[in-house]
Amino acid sequence: MLHKPFVMAALLAASCGAQAASDADLAAIRSQIDEMKKTYEQRIAALEKKLAQAELDAQAKPAAQAEARSAAPDKPAPGPVVAAAPTSASAFNPEVSLILQGQYVNTKDVPNRTITGFWPNQLDNLRGFSINETELVIGGGIDPYWRGRAIFAVNDGEVGVEEAWFQSSAIGHGIGVKGGRYRSGIGYLNEQHPHQWDFANAPLMYIAMFGPEASFREDGVQLKWLAPTPLFLEFGVEAGRGANYPGTDRNKNGVGAWALYAHLGDDLGVSNSWRAGASYLRTSSDSREAEFYDINGLPALASFTGDTDTWLADFVWKWAPDGNPKYQNFKFQSEYFWRKDKGSLNCSGLGSACDPLAAGDTVGGDYNTNQRGWYAQGVFQFTPNWRAGLRYDQLDSGVQDLGANAANLMVEDYKPKRATAMVDYSWSEYSRMRLQYAQDKSMFGITDNQWIVQYIMSLGAHGAHKF
Amino acid sequence: MIKLLMTILLAAASVPALAALQVFATVPEWGALAREIGGDKVSVFTATTGLQDPHRIEARPSLLAQARRADLVVATGADLEVGWLPLVVRDSGNANIQPGRPGYFEAARYVTMLDVPAVLDRSRGDIHAAGNPHIQLDPRNLFRIGEALAARLGELDPPNAPAYQAGYMAFAGKWQAAILRWEKEALPLRGVPVLAHHDSFIYLAHWLGFKTMGTLEPKPGIEPTSGQLSGLVARQQSTPAKMVLRTAYQSDGPSLWIAEKAGIPAVMLPFTVGGTPAAGDLFGLFDDTVQRMLKGLR
Repeated sequence: MLHKPFVMAALLAASCGAQAASDADLAAIRSQIDEMKKTYEQRIAALEKKLAQAELDAQAKPAAQAEARSAAPDKPAPGPVVAAAPTSASAFNPEVSLILQGQYVNTKDVPNRTITGFWPNQLDNLRGFSINETELVIGGGIDPYWRGRAIFAVNDGEVGVEEAWFQSSAIGHGIGVKGGRYRSGIGYLNEQHPHQWDFANAPLMYIAMFGPEASFREDGVQLKWLAPTPLFLEFGVEAGRGANYPGTDRNKNGVGAWALYAHLGDDLGVSNSWRAGASYLRTSSDSREAEFYDINGLPALASFTGDTDTWLADFVWKWAPDGNPKYQNFKFQSEYFWRKDKGSLNCSGLGSACDPLAAGDTVGGDYNTNQRGWYAQGVFQFTPNWRAGLRYDQLDSGVQDLGANAANLMVEDYKPKRATAMVDYSWSEYSRMRLQYAQDKSMFGITDNQWIVQYIMSLGAHGAHKF
Repeated sequence: MIKLLMTILLAAASVPALAALQVFATVPEWGALAREIGGDKVSVFTATTGLQDPHRIEARPSLLAQARRADLVVATGADLEVGWLPLVVRDSGNANIQPGRPGYFEAARYVTMLDVPAVLDRSRGDIHAAGNPHIQLDPRNLFRIGEALAARLGELDPPNAPAYQAGYMAFAGKWQAAILRWEKEALPLRGVPVLAHHDSFIYLAHWLGFKTMGTLEPKPGIEPTSGQLSGLVARQQSTPAKMVLRTAYQSDGPSLWIAEKAGIPAVMLPFTVGGTPAAGDLFGLFDDTVQRMLKGLR
């Protein structure tokens, strides 16, 4: 039986520790140990008897032995403690998960879908049944200093690298460094992937800001610092290639885009928590092209060269009774953006107002905009399985100064609006089905009643989601 | 310039050494244990309360702020906190509390786990690969965990190592006596068949010798369904359970329904420190648990 050496080891360890204490402490500890020793020895005797019985018993379950083992409190004091191996999700190293997402969409047929009054990025006009990109996520620790993650978006005939980054884990002092391709930390929704959204599509403002992908992705480096304060206070700066809308790839040395942000957050009592943020993004474009319409309604090609400044403010508030979100919880989120383009616009197009003689002429002029928009949404989970939510989107085309091209190109002053309602059911944390209705007035003169039935399923490692 | 920077860094690094050791406990039981062992040498932040489901916690900004300043994270492990803790630890920018470092402590590493699944498949519900993580409800587990925790505190804060050791010894002495008392009081519970909302009490059952005949959840982490509940009521005829147990954070609806249909008491147990007003510390937790179960038996 191993028990007696254990007691000896425990006593030895205890007395070694006690030498540093005062004489009075020493005496007190000794008497306590004596008492404990008596109790333990009685107990060990009982346990030994029990164990012997268990061993004799041919039908002894492994559990009985486990009990005998776990019941012995006098394990030897561990010397230098062995570094704990994590038994978290990274036990499956690397963590692998797969997101399945698809939908049925019922909308108006609008072949040239854009947002009126904003840079005319071509948007999807996908109706009926379809699947979204299937996301494959692989991540894990690289070594004690770094961890990495890659997200591949698999589509028909192509695999896109959605994200692929490494992140520091051993710098300390609240500093985090990330490098590679990542979703920028600006705003609130920007870092979230579509399967984390509370609605089947992104807020209009994200589509106006960043195009159909509704997120600003960067190839670059991110530096974050979390302040050592009881209040959550975080600062971030990013330098990157800036190849995605509202910037363009510019094939140059140096930094193509800068982002700066700050986040502040805390709890209010046990039931409420919140986070607020402010962000700034600077991107530059060299010949960012889009199809406009000229004053006669004919297509014309416009290209913008210049800088774009985007400011964002975001706020999220979550409530759950006693801070236990399992049965009921409420989440409110709202974001506001303001954007300025400053540069020049070149207009071309055979036979259009910019090139009426079809001679390959172009018309150059200033291009300055000052546009804004916001959304607010609330999602209430009223049982463990059911949630319902409302969202309202509104944009303002604001100032669109086309300089010399004002005489050639047609832009409209418009306030795109959309109201959305959704209800979703989750069988578990890993499967969700959603029904969404939206009245979309994002295009001038069109009221689009959109119905979407969507599923989101995830296989594999638990991914912890950000606040 | 470099000298100035080094001075500032050194000053910043020496500040935590002067103050009490900052402990970030994921659940109330480890917060309470750290207080028992560390006394005034530690300053304990507990991330959750007894009224919150430890499986479903949000990675709140306040948790990130606290993890940033922690010297030691005390977690259960065994995937209990997998939905939020890895993210909090990762985004805290605190190198000392990363898994594998002395500042990261997992209690489940020091005990014998029960219900370790032979097959890992989500179609069986939200199962934990390492076994059932609700280890705190066998008080005997707290000897091993407490001993390891005292050693870990001593490793992180060597000047106070004897105090942590003494703190553990004092706690273990009182704990041993309390366990003998609870075991005596709880003798009538031996062999008693019960139902439970979730597999929250298997360590408690293992210690006190009562038998869990079934759970209201059809699969771990899946909410009770009417089919599952009526099946359990039907089974009362052949194998009657004496009471139906739930934790303070679980909804009372399903167990009250069973209680009414089957004519047995529904008993809410504190599950952890702070789960009920009487469960103010670790001793209160088991005092109240045993009393509530005995009351359910009457």
